[in-house]
Amino acid sequence: MIPRPFEYHAPTSLPDALLLMNRYGDEAKLLAGGHSLLPMMKLRFAAPGHLIDLGKIGELKGIEQVGNEVRIGAMTTENELIWSPLLAQKLPLLVEGAGLISDPQVRYRGTIGGDISHADPANDHPALMLALGAAFVLRSASGERVVAADGFFLGLYATQMQPGEVLTQIRIPVPPAGCGWCYAKLKRKTGDFATAATAVLLRMKAGAVEEARIALTNAGPTPLRARAAEKHLQGKALSDAAIAEAARLAMSICEPTEDQRGDVQYKTAMAGEMTQRALRTAASRAK
Amino acid sequence: MANPKKVSFTLNGKPVDVVVEPRELLIHTLREKLQLTGPHIGCETSHCGACTVDIDSMSVKSCTMLTVQCEGAQVLTIEGFEQGGQLHALQEAFTQDHALQCGYCTPGMITRAYRLLQENPHPSEQEIRYWMAGNLCRCTGYQNIVKAVQDAAGKLAAKAA
Repeated sequence: MIPRPFEYHAPTSLPDALLLMNRYGDEAKLLAGGHSLLPMMKLRFAAPGHLIDLGKIGELKGIEQVGNEVRIGAMTTENELIWSPLLAQKLPLLVEGAGLISDPQVRYRGTIGGDISHADPANDHPALMLALGAAFVLRSASGERVVAADGFFLGLYATQMQPGEVLTQIRIPVPPAGCGWCYAKLKRKTGDFATAATAVLLRMKAGAVEEARIALTNAGPTPLRARAAEKHLQGKALSDAAIAEAARLAMSICEPTEDQRGDVQYKTAMAGEMTQRALRTAASRAK
Repeated sequence: MANPKKVSFTLNGKPVDVVVEPRELLIHTLREKLQLTGPHIGCETSHCGACTVDIDSMSVKSCTMLTVQCEGAQVLTIEGFEQGGQLHALQEAFTQDHALQCGYCTPGMITRAYRLLQENPHPSEQEIRYWMAGNLCRCTGYQNIVKAVQDAAGKLAAKAA
């Protein structure tokens, strides 16, 4: 399988990449880790005339804490997330999620920014970003804007990103100490996308839920924030009944697509099951 | 046809220059232009790991990387493991432990295991299974592959001591 012919560009700075994006417009695609785009090009679902490789732009890599926020360069790879001591301490939910993405080789190449911008509802970072309350820095030739993850994903492969914009950085507020977390993911085998997965960030106070954030992967055309489920749990102890009702409310917003991973009913049921498991595990980790 | 590009990188310790179309995948350059047929084409969809090579200290599926992305890179394939007629400890262990039947996945397995042991010289069985999960074997059931990686880890540690 060979992609259609294209011109290759490897800018070494962000301004150079933005110039190329403006010059080639719709004909250009940005290449991050390449483990979604190159397979699509090999299958000829995508045939850009120009490929702009972001791999040589050093400023798009790295993980740092600034105040109460962790900032991650868009070209940071999954394995770099997994091996980051800062993330292990501050954002273990992100580390757990990254560790369940694809396989080791793909995680050396695949990037957090690519996973988010591609906006495949089967990708794992979008739901993790909703649970973590992240924001995205989008740069274009005319400047920079910061957009909340909540509301960023508009549909299959569709986001709020405009032509000429590139995702440069992910900003995630550090959750308060003692928060519980879990990314529960059901997949048929290593390397597969989720049949269903749920990200949970949970803050408890005196045995009751102070705040729960619940987001679902591959349960609809975008990652889904299970708001009714979150609201139902607020102020309650995490009893079996409360967890079951939260899972039912999460399932009520699911609109999965039937495929070889299962039909709509099965996938919806698994979204509920993953929600229950994620809530229980998050509760066991909360202090 | 898009303009061919000259790409220079280091392959198994030696500098190489190739001229490729931008769309050429690394696995094809290695096998067809450079006659290194150790890395195999299995699935062509970045699932099976038979085409795994080591690029700048990362295990990469060479069916899902463009040769033009390798400018300036350090590339290691299975052909670079033997040194002065001596097999690498992983190659010896795969032979002794019968960690293969048909052998198709073996170059990718060994190349991946090499990077794993560089990063984690004493992996547990569970760690080996997790970090080798990007390589599929359809013959052996993985038992002897895990054993070979453990044995090679032991030999490499003894040598380093």
